[in-house]
Amino acid sequence: MTPPSTLPALSAAVSRSRDLLEGRRRFIPVSMAGLVLVLVFVVGSLRYSGFLDPQVVLNLAVNNSFLIVLAVGVTFVILAGGIDLSTGAVLALSTMICAWLLREGWPPLLVIPAALLAGTAIGLAQGCIIHFYGVQPFIATLGGMFFARGLCFVISTESIPISDPLFSALAQTRVPVLPGGASLSLGAVIALAVAGAAAYVLHRTRFGRSVYAVGGSESSALLMGLAVGRVKVGVYTLSGFCAALGGVLYTLYIASGNGLHGLGMELDAIAAVVIGGTLLTGGFGYVLGSVIGVLTLGAIQAILVFEGTLSSWWTRIVAGTLLFAFILLQRALAPRAAR
Amino acid sequence: METTAEPAVHMSGIVKDFPGVRALDGAGLRLRPGEVHALLGENGAGKSTLIKVLTGVHRPESGEIRVAGERVEISGPLDAERRGIATVYQEVNLCPNLSVAENILLGREPRGRFGISQRRMNRRAAELAAGMDLDLDVTRALGDHSIAVQQLVSILRAVDLQARVLVLDEPTSSLDRDEVRILFDLVERLRSRGVAILFVTHFLDQVYELCQRMTVLRNGGLVGEFATAEVGQRELIGHMLGEQAGELDRLEASAGDDPPDAGAAPFLRARGLGRSGGIAPYDLDVAPGRITGLAGLLGSGRTEAVRLLFGADRPDTGGVEVDGRPVPLRTPRAPIAAGLAYCSEDRKSEGLVAELSIADNLMLAMQAARGWLRPVPAKTRAELVERYIAALRIRPAAPETPVGALSGGNQQKVLLGRWLIMQPRLLILDEPTRGIDIGAKAEVQRLVAAQSRQGTAVLFVSSELEEVLRLSHRVVVLRDRRVISELDNDGGLDTDRVLAEIAEGGGR
Repeated sequence: MTPPSTLPALSAAVSRSRDLLEGRRRFIPVSMAGLVLVLVFVVGSLRYSGFLDPQVVLNLAVNNSFLIVLAVGVTFVILAGGIDLSTGAVLALSTMICAWLLREGWPPLLVIPAALLAGTAIGLAQGCIIHFYGVQPFIATLGGMFFARGLCFVISTESIPISDPLFSALAQTRVPVLPGGASLSLGAVIALAVAGAAAYVLHRTRFGRSVYAVGGSESSALLMGLAVGRVKVGVYTLSGFCAALGGVLYTLYIASGNGLHGLGMELDAIAAVVIGGTLLTGGFGYVLGSVIGVLTLGAIQAILVFEGTLSSWWTRIVAGTLLFAFILLQRALAPRAAR
Repeated sequence: METTAEPAVHMSGIVKDFPGVRALDGAGLRLRPGEVHALLGENGAGKSTLIKVLTGVHRPESGEIRVAGERVEISGPLDAERRGIATVYQEVNLCPNLSVAENILLGREPRGRFGISQRRMNRRAAELAAGMDLDLDVTRALGDHSIAVQQLVSILRAVDLQARVLVLDEPTSSLDRDEVRILFDLVERLRSRGVAILFVTHFLDQVYELCQRMTVLRNGGLVGEFATAEVGQRELIGHMLGEQAGELDRLEASAGDDPPDAGAAPFLRARGLGRSGGIAPYDLDVAPGRITGLAGLLGSGRTEAVRLLFGADRPDTGGVEVDGRPVPLRTPRAPIAAGLAYCSEDRKSEGLVAELSIADNLMLAMQAARGWLRPVPAKTRAELVERYIAALRIRPAAPETPVGALSGGNQQKVLLGRWLIMQPRLLILDEPTRGIDIGAKAEVQRLVAAQSRQGTAVLFVSSELEEVLRLSHRVVVLRDRRVISELDNDGGLDTDRVLAEIAEGGGR
């Protein structure tokens, strides 16, 4: 038997360290996501010279700016315990509205608000259907996805190119961020700003805290007197807005409108959110994680580009593996199963 | 403890109808500032309905509610909160993913220059906790804390609301002794500040310990208001039950009558059965016709121990023999085939299907055992259902009533009946009397005793030590997820002896 004097001290120390871990448990998934991103960079830089070039790193944000914005919107929805499958289609609709209205001769400064308004309206409608009629988010947003995708092809079945000078100018605007001349596109700056604003809203406003509360326990949030309805409608509206904004950024990036843009991108966004450590059942997670998730997916893609010989579908395989790993991690860290 | 102050809440002549039933018929209560007031009655007496009228969940058909002397109509839980009436529900209604501080202050967050300030929120919550002498890390997620702490947090939320009336709806049903003590200290502290506290519970001892006055309801009507000091427990039970008060006395004798047949060969023999994190390896023999009680505090491993026997959880070590033959424990199938039956602790989520009728619920296990391709003939089915509804005195006695519409006690009887139909050789009962009223409790105990007299072995798990001792021939004592001793209940065993056993940890 262990001498009685050391045993309590030992067990106290053990329980103290466990307490420390337990109290900070909610930060583990997002830290793991950051670790994975760093790991991908380490692997990349060991294999290929030039992988850590500042511009290569910044290009991760540039090439995925639209996905960052999408993922930020989806983060709100998932934190509140829902899901949004319509974001890819709303993005496509947004590119389509931009290209079509420009072709119709609308001034570009009206075109962009129009596209944003359309996406926001779709999100609002989805939110209302989910909240007021108690429809499953999966089904409601699946409907929204078909609706938005179908609307694209009502506008035009063909791709519509964009030649508007303001759009090209915006697309080519670079914002220098590092002394070496490395720069971000306007789209990437907007995306990061959106992520920052989202983090502020989530942590510093009553709406944001209510999102977490609703995701934790909707019935409790109701009894605590929180505006549950406003939160539920709000997150889908916000996600619709983000998808539309992602569409505008995508239009700048690719300079055309097409009903086939962003096929399956809603799933990429969800994957990025989950890889970033947000719990699919709601209530746990951070916007920072979602940004990390997008950058991780982008970095894996960059490795494949550097490799040159691998099929781009390997991105999907790696992303799939990561998803499994993160879901398992969350399973292991999940708060004690309800008794 | 007589106060002449105006009642904080005065409800009178409250009538509330639900489709087909009059739930409240002239019920009422008077709640004075600075008192802890018990609301008592059997299940179905109308306690929860009356509380829900007070908290605005239900609108009464007629009657009068006065808050601080002023006649009011309470339109909903939020309205009640605004009028200073806060409620702590039996199931904690907070968000487990948020920090303790947020759960206390959500909706009234302190703001800094840049929106909500987590720092100020934590400080404010810590002050509130310290003001109540609670040592509590407010920055940690609520879900990391025990149910007891979560209850305290919801009370703190009410404190911050400056509630004048605090309704505690069975707050102690899942707490252990120390936790109940902390809760009572907090309640006492609020009382001394002049808060009016309405305390709903099934534990009469706690009523006598904590409350100054009590209101008793029966069948939706008001029986009366009493000062705790002037009414003894027996008399109180008489008020609650009406004419059935003799039931308990008759039961006292039931188990003791039967001389335990010590010579019988064990029906079930468990050796070294254990599961890491659940229960340390233990041995257990169960003989036919005997009731074995499992005693121990909440979390001592009682439920874990019986779940292993039934294959509901997979054991890491050891095994079970029935009639000398080993039974595989990967799933409950083999144990069921060997004649074991398990009534779960959580009758809502693991036992009954609320939407199905009494008859369907009763027949569920038997049908499953026969396989879905061999339906029980309608005639047999009707006979069995009728027989068991009568034997168990399930009310209402209509076989097609959905189980969700029954009271807790009657639901428990349906669950019990489901396994009795199977004619099990070993009946495992996990907290069969939790949360049901005294009359139903007595009936469940009577059924268990009757079943054992017919030769069924029974494993009986309960938090109420008196109940375990009253029924069991032999008591297995658990502590800290270990079996620490086995005691014969031969008349010399009483609660003090078992408590001493638990306190000493088996003297090892």
